[in-house]
Amino acid sequence: MNRRPDPRQTAARPELAPRVRRFSAAERWAHRATAVLMGVCVVTAAFLYLPALAELIGRRALVVTVHQWAGIALPVPVLAALGSRALRADLTLLNRFGPHDRRWLRAALHRDKRRSSRPAHKFNAGQKIYAAWAAGATLVMLGTGLMMWFTHLTPLTWRTGATFVHDWLALTLGVVLAGHIGMAMGDPEARRGMRTGSVAREWAEREHPLWLRERKSSR
Amino acid sequence: MNSESPQGRGAPVGRRVFLGTLGLGALGIVAAPALQRGTEAVLSGDPTGLTGLLPNGGGFRYYSVTSSVPHKDAKNYQLTVDGLVDRPASYTLADLRALPQTRMVRDVQCVTGWRVPGTPFEGVRLSHLLDAAGVRSTAGAVHFTCFDGAYTESLTLEQARRADVLVALRMQDKDIGHSHGGPVRLYVAPMYFYKSAKWLSGITVTQDVEPGFWEERGYDIDAWVGRSNGRDDEPTT
Repeated sequence: MNRRPDPRQTAARPELAPRVRRFSAAERWAHRATAVLMGVCVVTAAFLYLPALAELIGRRALVVTVHQWAGIALPVPVLAALGSRALRADLTLLNRFGPHDRRWLRAALHRDKRRSSRPAHKFNAGQKIYAAWAAGATLVMLGTGLMMWFTHLTPLTWRTGATFVHDWLALTLGVVLAGHIGMAMGDPEARRGMRTGSVAREWAEREHPLWLRERKSSR
Repeated sequence: MNSESPQGRGAPVGRRVFLGTLGLGALGIVAAPALQRGTEAVLSGDPTGLTGLLPNGGGFRYYSVTSSVPHKDAKNYQLTVDGLVDRPASYTLADLRALPQTRMVRDVQCVTGWRVPGTPFEGVRLSHLLDAAGVRSTAGAVHFTCFDGAYTESLTLEQARRADVLVALRMQDKDIGHSHGGPVRLYVAPMYFYKSAKWLSGITVTQDVEPGFWEERGYDIDAWVGRSNGRDDEPTT
């Protein structure tokens, strides 16, 4: 039989709880809403861009409108969730790179998969770079999209450039998003963390040891 | 956070990556003309056709404004000519094929930016059909309808009578297929390709220009390539 810690005891001593809080409700909803909007953008883009899909569905004016509004709305969930202290704290963690992040990146570059050479706090260095790049790329897509939408705002050469950047960045973003989703598919506990807000202690110990250690020592 | 914490300090690399991405995006807009020439040069040498899926891979793109378009062929296709004319008419595909054919080779320029060089179109001059119908003196424009049930286009009578405006039956020296707007589409050589309405089914002579589908959504009615829609592409004629 599994020996579960007594709930009364773990309430008093959270370091013994089997599950560790990872994401607040505001963060999870911001992630969910962003994912849905991004999904709408990607799917409508595919129907506008890929000839086989365009022939399948047509309705170009409608698809364009849905794509535009989903794109405009894309930053809204995260901006709204900036009111949450948990999200702001996580943004700080995502921003700052320590010596362990350099070790993690070096190991990633050398395809060194040993846990010991990939130290990570709440977010590993790969997740940090993904977050920063995805945020920047989303805003570039939004800016270039607006230039293509409101054609009178900018001169033609800018618009042609915006189309070029929007097309190629869309392709890049698609590949990177596929990587993001692929890694989540390969890690059910990470997905559970984003779905329920908490993760198994063993998982945190394995994937984010510096984070767990700090949680213990700061109590 | 205690003093041994590896977080809360350290370089703000995230911010640098974020701002760097924004900067690269802006740089990309400025450097696009040079980059585009580079990608086009690389992609044009591809024999597999896979690069057609990449941006600026060349070739036509399929645009339709409706969910589905009925298929028409020699058995059920009809083109009507009516409005301010003395002799309204209806043509089958065989009727149109029996009329004098004109072949032209020009570039196709879409208002969204893609261009297909040297594309042959072949068909009946629109002016021929208008003359056969006998346009009345009060007429000033021509309105086009399509059997997709939604798309419309318009030309002034003067534009419609140009020698480089065809009721096209063939494109790239093949009968026009369904996805390219077949069996019959309009071909307005000097204008952006949205004027070349696909799945043409009706020609109505009117007094004044009635804006077409995209024109009601902000596109220019007089869509000369290089002189409209805020674009400066090289003219196609």
